[in-house]
Amino acid sequence: MPVPILKQGDFLIATVQSALSDREVLQLQDDLAERVGTFRSQGVILDVTALDIMDSFVSRAFRAMALMAKLKGAETVIVGIQPEVAFALVQLGLTLEGVNTALDLEEGLAFLRGLAKRRRDGR
Amino acid sequence: MGDEVRVPIASDLDIVVARAEGRKMALQTGFSHTDATLVATAISEVARNILTHAREGLVSITASIGDDFAEIQVVATDEGPGIRDLDLAMRDGYSTSGGLGLGLPGIRRLMDEFQVSSEEGKGTEVSMTKWRRL
Repeated sequence: MPVPILKQGDFLIATVQSALSDREVLQLQDDLAERVGTFRSQGVILDVTALDIMDSFVSRAFRAMALMAKLKGAETVIVGIQPEVAFALVQLGLTLEGVNTALDLEEGLAFLRGLAKRRRDGR
Repeated sequence: MGDEVRVPIASDLDIVVARAEGRKMALQTGFSHTDATLVATAISEVARNILTHAREGLVSITASIGDDFAEIQVVATDEGPGIRDLDLAMRDGYSTSGGLGLGLPGIRRLMDEFQVSSEEGKGTEVSMTKWRRL
């Protein structure tokens, strides 16, 4: 099942609904990269609340997505990482370096709005 | 004694099946959600190693409950190219496949016991266990 991507003003919100196969992860990567360009989005929220596992493949792919979006001018926030998943990531030695994270969708949106405001104000 | 589930690994969808089975069995055996997630993550990694290096193989998951402990054992086997230098492969940060996996050391940290045997040209077997006291 592909991950739906909603446009919300200047932002895109991708909500993972269930476990992801590698193919679906790569599909999401392509879809997001394309839509950031199409909609001239300023920010992307990747909601992974429903993910009960993030292995090395997924976390590297998410990191790559964030870097690709950044090259197109959009900041990415990953929200909703489950505590067990966070623990497993740490044990594995995966850091999601350079990727913004927030507790939930609300915090993620607040983060992006703050960023957009600072950008408008030229700070 | 316990249950055994065998998941043949030949595509990325099989990885999803294998780790879901592992999580289910861990929870049924009374492991915490955290431990079940660690087991599922470890399964995901070894199954991906099979796909990356050998194209196909098998993950078998066994749950057993003894007198004073319960355990989940995962055995991943393939008949792929094998590992040339096991000591090197167990070193943190080492990868032959361009870094998409995370290497055996990362997987070892998720589990309580971890063994690899491999013969070049014949294949690889990774055996790993998570246990808990009853």
